Amino acid sequence: MRFFVPIALLVAWFAATSTGAIKSYQLASPQAVLVELNDLASHGLLWTDLGASVERVAIGFALAALLAIILGSLVGASRTAEKLLDPTLQAVRSVPSLAWVPLLLLWLGIGETAKIALVAIGAFFPVYVALASAIRNVDRKLVEVARVLGVGGVPFIARVLLPAALPQLLVGLRIGLTQAWLFLVAAELLGASSGLGFLLTDGQQIARTDEILVAILAFAICGKLSESGMRLLERRLVGWTDTVVPG
Amino acid sequence: MNAIAIQGLVKRYGAHTIFDGLDLDVAHGERLAVLGASGCGKSTLLRCIAGLESSDGGEIDVAGEIGYVFQEPRLFGWLDVERNVAFAARNSAERARVPEVLALVGLTAARAKLPKHLSGGMAQRTALARALVRKPEVLLFDEPLAALDALTRLELRASLREILIQAGATAVWVTHDVDDALTLATRTIVLQRAPNFVRAVEPAVGIDVGARRALLAALGISA
Repeated sequence: MRFFVPIALLVAWFAATSTGAIKSYQLASPQAVLVELNDLASHGLLWTDLGASVERVAIGFALAALLAIILGSLVGASRTAEKLLDPTLQAVRSVPSLAWVPLLLLWLGIGETAKIALVAIGAFFPVYVALASAIRNVDRKLVEVARVLGVGGVPFIARVLLPAALPQLLVGLRIGLTQAWLFLVAAELLGASSGLGFLLTDGQQIARTDEILVAILAFAICGKLSESGMRLLERRLVGWTDTVVPG
Repeated sequence: MNAIAIQGLVKRYGAHTIFDGLDLDVAHGERLAVLGASGCGKSTLLRCIAGLESSDGGEIDVAGEIGYVFQEPRLFGWLDVERNVAFAARNSAERARVPEVLALVGLTAARAKLPKHLSGGMAQRTALARALVRKPEVLLFDEPLAALDALTRLELRASLREILIQAGATAVWVTHDVDDALTLATRTIVLQRAPNFVRAVEPAVGIDVGARRALLAALGISA
């Protein structure tokens, strides 16, 4: 059942391109995409671009997650930190993140740093917001158990707050990773000499829809793989929860 | 020397006075039931003793360590039964006591289960085991049977009696259930709402036919 629509679309695509109803500069045929995929892969270009993109996402996401976990824990656990930091961070969050692009380009140029910074901006907020609210909303009743037992300070954070907040943190990380890919495309469209986004613009400039479709396919696979990886991690780490965490 | 000595306890919530000079002594090894209607300040008294609430006056002295069993089990969902119990252990000696305590509450076979797979009675037994690990001098119970179904309540009440007698600890048991008091306590007080605050009265009851009636009468229920 679930494969019916995709197969129907594929057949329609094949029919429309092979009968000449749609020209190849408008939409390449499925077989042309396969040939291009093979071509790019065998010349190693696909792996170079894929590697460049994955590296940017990995570094940007890791930086964002680290910063978001530190700031989210602080703001969630301490009223003072919340008053001090949260209003500012919420104000920054209300700016559509792509609006930072011109500033980033001016400050950091069009090199790797600007791209990684943009990816990090995109990934930061879902993680930060999820963790801060999860820690703030940890069951007061569990907090009292720790208090009665005299468990406080760092042991309290490590043994009670963080494990209790872990399910929402993982959801935040999953959404953050999706955002990271989204912002990577934006960053690479703005000017890059490598990466899957570069394949997109390159394909556009030389009117090669097969190249564009290969890049889109690669993005789809990367997105799906990272999402599945995060869900696997969730199942492994927070199988103890009574209910499936929404999101 | 008493296990718990409360002198002139004052507790207010805003303009509302709960206790206005409450005195209460609990002797070593005594099992005191604190009876009272809902909302009369039973839990507040217990929370003051445990230091979960600050008092507005008076003195509370507790000789030694406190173990606290709440109305709900309050287990850590990410830890299995054994690790929930071991959460209370501070050193290797207390960690070594975990199997012994698990056996005492009858959970040895269930030690690897996660809280989401426990029945209400088993979850409450786990909470009790967690409170027992440190061998506390004083055990505080805040209606630990109230959330259980009738059959489980009877069963757990019976085994709790055995466990408390074995542990030999001083216990304060807050409840609105007269049968809890009759089964578990060596002494019972009743918290009554006086016009402006709550006072403690001690009906002269032994374990006899009239006891139940006397306690109900002190609660203001004619039986």
